[in-house]
Amino acid sequence: MIASLYFSFTDYGIEQIAGFKPTEYVGAANYRQLMDDPKVGTALVNTLTYTVMMVPATMLVALGLAMVLLRIGRAAGFFRTVFYLPQMTPPVAVAILLLLMFNGSTGIVNESLGLFNIPGPFWTSDPSWIKPGLVIMSVWSVGGTMVIYLAALRAVPQQLYEAAGMDGAGAWRKFRDVTLPMISPSLFFTFIILTIAGITNFTEAFTAYFGPGQAGAEAPEAALMYTIYLFRQAFEFGAPGGMGFASAMAWLLFVIIMIVTLVNVLVSRRFVFYQGER
Amino acid sequence: MSAGAQLGPAGTGAGTAPIPQVVVTAPRLRPSGLGRFKQALFVALVLLLSVLFVYPFLWLVSASFKPQSDTFDNRLIPNVWTWNYDRVFEIAPVATWLLNTVWIAGLGAILTTFSSAIVAFAFAYFRFPGRNILFALVLATMMLPAQVTMIPTYLIWNELGLINTQYPLWVPQMFGSAFYIFLQRQFFLGIPRELFEAARIDGDSYWTMFWRIAIPLAKPALIVTFIFEIQAKWFDLMTPLIYLRDTALFTLPLGIKTVLDQFGQGGGGEGEYHVIVAATVILTVPMIIIFAIFQRYFIEGIATQGRKG
Repeated sequence: MIASLYFSFTDYGIEQIAGFKPTEYVGAANYRQLMDDPKVGTALVNTLTYTVMMVPATMLVALGLAMVLLRIGRAAGFFRTVFYLPQMTPPVAVAILLLLMFNGSTGIVNESLGLFNIPGPFWTSDPSWIKPGLVIMSVWSVGGTMVIYLAALRAVPQQLYEAAGMDGAGAWRKFRDVTLPMISPSLFFTFIILTIAGITNFTEAFTAYFGPGQAGAEAPEAALMYTIYLFRQAFEFGAPGGMGFASAMAWLLFVIIMIVTLVNVLVSRRFVFYQGER
Repeated sequence: MSAGAQLGPAGTGAGTAPIPQVVVTAPRLRPSGLGRFKQALFVALVLLLSVLFVYPFLWLVSASFKPQSDTFDNRLIPNVWTWNYDRVFEIAPVATWLLNTVWIAGLGAILTTFSSAIVAFAFAYFRFPGRNILFALVLATMMLPAQVTMIPTYLIWNELGLINTQYPLWVPQMFGSAFYIFLQRQFFLGIPRELFEAARIDGDSYWTMFWRIAIPLAKPALIVTFIFEIQAKWFDLMTPLIYLRDTALFTLPLGIKTVLDQFGQGGGGEGEYHVIVAATVILTVPMIIIFAIFQRYFIEGIATQGRKG
C-alpha cells in the first residue's frame, strides 16, 4: 500500500522492469497527467454513471423480490434459490450472456421487445445503451442483496405491524414507518457494499468489450470503466512510466472510495435506525 | 474484485450467537377469500419473475446444443441437436484450464480457510496488548481496493521471478483474509471460554486446543469461508490476467475470455458462438453444483453479513 503511494510519485514502468533504467522520482507529474488525460475523465464519468444507475436499481429490485418472497409462505425457500442462482454465474459468463442476449439484431431481449412492437436499441454497440445493458446484467445478480433484505425483513417484530395496524396505518404507512426504519441498517450496508463494488467493477465490461483482438482505440469508450483503464495502463499498454501512472490512478480511486464511504456514514446517521443499545 | 459485492465489513452481529439459520417462516395465512386471492396473485408474480431469472440459463444450455447457424435462433428447444462440446475441447485446452481452476481454487480456499482460522483464533483467544489496534488494522485492509495493492504485489512477484507461474494465485492465500478473519473470530468468540480452560488444565497445548476444540466447533464458519473463497477464485479474471502468459497455465475464466476474443466477431473470426456458448456452460455448471451442495451455507453466510450495521 505504501509502496503503491511511492510508485505513484515515480516514473516506474516497463523500462524499470526490464532493468534498463533506474526509477526516478517525478514528483506530482503522474497526478498532473491524471488531470490532463481526457480518458481518465471519461472512465471516471462512465464508472460513476454505471454505479449511480446500478446501486438504486439493485436495491429496489432486491427489496421488491424480498417482500414478495415474504408473502408467498412455504414456497419461498425454493424461489429464493431461483433468484439466487444468477449470483453463482461467473462474471465472465455474465458478460458473454450480455453480448449474446442483448445483441442488437438477433438477441432475445430485442426479439421479446419486438413482440410488444418496441424497437430495441443496439445494446452492445450503441454508446448510450452500453451502460444500461451492463446495469441490467448486474441487476440480474441481485440474489445476495435480496437474501440480506429477506433476513432483515424476517427479523422485524410482528407486533410492530399489529400496533401500527391498530393505529389505523395502511399498507404504505406500515412500509414507510415500520419496515423501512427497521431494515435501514441492512439498506445502508448494502448501499455501501454495492457502491464500492460498482466503482471497482472490472470483469463484466472488460470481458465484453475489451480484448487483445481489439485495438485500444476501437474498444467502445462508453464501456471504459476506471479500473479497466487503470489495468491497461499498468499491464497492457506497456508505456514508459505506466506503472507509476496506474499507481496514481489507484490512489485516486482509493481516495474516491474513502470520500464516498465517509459521506455515506455521515449521511446515514440521520436515516439509519439501530435497534437496541448500539 | 467480482466477489466484492459479497465480501465486506460485516459479520455476525451478536458475538455469542453462531451463524443463525435463516428459517422460512410459516405463512401467515389469512382464511378470508380475499387473502387467498392475494396470495395467488403473489405466487403468479413470483413465477413470472422466476422465469425471467432462470431463462438465461435455459437459453444458454439450449444454445450450446445448437449448430453454429442457429445459436441466435431464440427457440428453447434446438431444431437440430448438435454436440458442440467436443469442438470446445478441440479448439482450446479447456480440460487443462478446468483442472487449473479446480486446483487453484481448491488449494487457495483450503489455505485461506486455515490461515484465517489461525489468525482469527489468536484474536479471539489470546489477550495481548495492542490486540484491538491490530485487529482494526486487519479490518482496515478490507476498505482497500484491490487495485491499490495490485501493482506493488506484481512487482514483488516480478522480483521473485515468478511471473507466468501460478504461485501468485494461491500463495497469498496463506496469509489469511480480513473478511474471513472477522467472520471466524465472531464464531470463535461464541465458544465458551470454559471449554478452553478445561482443555488447558488437561494439559493441552494451544495447538491442540485450536485443532481439537475450536476448529470442530466452528465448522459452519469454516465451510462458509471455504465456499466463498472457491467462488471468488472461480470468478476471478483480473489476477490470472495479470500473472499468467502461457495458455497451458490459464484458469477457466481467462481461457474463456481468450476463446471469446478469438472466436467472437472481435477477433476477426467468423463468430463461432456455438463454441463460446458451450464453453460458458462449462464455466458455469461447476458453480451451480457447488451451490446445490452448499446452498444452506451460502444463504446463511450472506444473510449474516447483513446482520450488522
